[in-house]
Amino acid sequence: MTPTGPTTLPPAETLRPSTTRRPDLPLLRTEEMMLNMGPQHPATHGVLKMVLDLEGERIVKSTPVLGFLHRGVEKLAEHGTYHQFIPHTDRLDYVCAMYNNFAYVRAVEKLLDLKVPPRAEYLRTIVAETQRIIGHLFWLGTQALDIGAMTVFFYTFRDREILLDWFNELCGARLTTSWYRIGGVERDFTPELIAKLSKFIDEFPPKIDECNLLLEKNRIWIARTKDIAVISAEDALSFGLSGPTLRGSGVDYDLRKYEPYAAYGDVEWSVPLGRNGDTYDRYWVRIEEMRESCKIVRQCLDRLPDGPYLADAPTVVLPSKDKVFTTLESMIIQFKLFTKGFNTPRGEIYCGTEAHKGELGFYIVSDGTGHPYRLKIRSPSFIHLGAFDYMAKGYMIADIVTIFGSYDIVMGECDR
Amino acid sequence: MNDLKSVAERLQRQFPQDVLAVTEFRGDLAVSVRKSALRAVGRFLKEEPELGFDYIVHVSSVDYPTELERFEVVYEVYSIRRRQRIRIKTRTGEADCAVDSLSGVWYGANFMEREVYDMMGIRFHGHPDLRRILMPDEYEEGFPLRKDFPLQGRGWRDTFEFLEPQTGQPAQGKTP
Repeated sequence: MTPTGPTTLPPAETLRPSTTRRPDLPLLRTEEMMLNMGPQHPATHGVLKMVLDLEGERIVKSTPVLGFLHRGVEKLAEHGTYHQFIPHTDRLDYVCAMYNNFAYVRAVEKLLDLKVPPRAEYLRTIVAETQRIIGHLFWLGTQALDIGAMTVFFYTFRDREILLDWFNELCGARLTTSWYRIGGVERDFTPELIAKLSKFIDEFPPKIDECNLLLEKNRIWIARTKDIAVISAEDALSFGLSGPTLRGSGVDYDLRKYEPYAAYGDVEWSVPLGRNGDTYDRYWVRIEEMRESCKIVRQCLDRLPDGPYLADAPTVVLPSKDKVFTTLESMIIQFKLFTKGFNTPRGEIYCGTEAHKGELGFYIVSDGTGHPYRLKIRSPSFIHLGAFDYMAKGYMIADIVTIFGSYDIVMGECDR
Repeated sequence: MNDLKSVAERLQRQFPQDVLAVTEFRGDLAVSVRKSALRAVGRFLKEEPELGFDYIVHVSSVDYPTELERFEVVYEVYSIRRRQRIRIKTRTGEADCAVDSLSGVWYGANFMEREVYDMMGIRFHGHPDLRRILMPDEYEEGFPLRKDFPLQGRGWRDTFEFLEPQTGQPAQGKTP
């Protein structure tokens, strides 16, 4: 920053030295500068504004300004039935719709105490882990692009495209999927889908190495990520960070492992943990998680049980479409479920699910009617942003995009 | 489950006057406490070595407009050591619509309490930076998640003028 104002120096005690001053350099007058970053900035992953107080290039204070994408999803939920809210969850974290659907239907099932058939549990696990791979690939591509490595972006998007096409074949949509249903899933896998996914899972691990090779020992990547935005395990917990952001600090907290749901309890896999809590460790955790996801999908595909893919609970679960058009009873059930919904027991539950960004939770208060009385979404992106000021303090202005990136932030989920 | 009960019993022993109710539903433990004891309970849960609830999950609020103490503030915390989750609830009336902030106990509560204030209008004593977070700063219609707030808002949106894209001047003939 070029000094402005009078050339005579103010008294020494009013100067605030930012870094260790070399005695051979002349004393410059410095002052803090305020800088608005965003909301239209390509590296803020949507519409996020940061008000930065800078001292030279160092960040003194950063204030996130949120809400540009606030759509009042929680209010909308109170005015619709439980089934009607599923498509809204697609739009929370719009790059990973499947896991949002999953987290929501799990919460409703917990409220209803509904058991899901084993085949549906396996199908859900397979698709959820596929979605995790997509999420991490998307993160890796954009994070590398933000830091300046463009090639990785093309590699990861090439692989992500294969899976998105697979989603398209599965449910007719690439991003806003709405494939999960309360009590099961919308439709079963076809043999072609299983063959395609199986082929992908066999070919994918070498492709992770392909991306990793470009970054792992890359001098620029290491310089930009090692010891950047370090957070200790204790502070990370106190801020409520979750997912790879928390595990990068070495905290062994993964809901898939410690509150196993779906088929996660049946398969063998491990939780990768970082050590230093810096951006590099969080990157490493995500790379390893992709490998673990491959293991989970492989085992689930091999053990896929037969049976129904929707629970047998006609008061709650939507009847299948071919029956709706042919039998009167199913049509009546369909009509009732879509106009009035189903009544839930009175009570309140919290159900957290380990999405790829962190713990995505739904807190539902039910008053016994067909609508949620209150539905609160615990979105990891929002809570991660709460720690931003603490984690960015003292780093350089160029590190800001690295820190955003290392949260894997999506504003649709943050602002809800 | 038995273990969860022991947490509730420990709390009841420590705060015999202030723990109002303990409920369990679908394996979730919820403890209602008196408003005045919220901060002490929070501190105790975090700092007592045998409990160690160090991870804050979420802060939420519920509006019951027909009841005397209208608002309920909900804190959900998790203990990495015990692998357990517990929900602390407290009630506050509309006239003195404020509870003690727990942002000094769990740092993450800072952002989450701001959201509660923004959406429900509950103030937090001792909060370092209690401002709106999702709604605009100049928003004056009230608090959107209250039950008496209409789904389509109170008409603030309709007061915006239509502007001509080329000139930026108010458009003629278009009324909101």
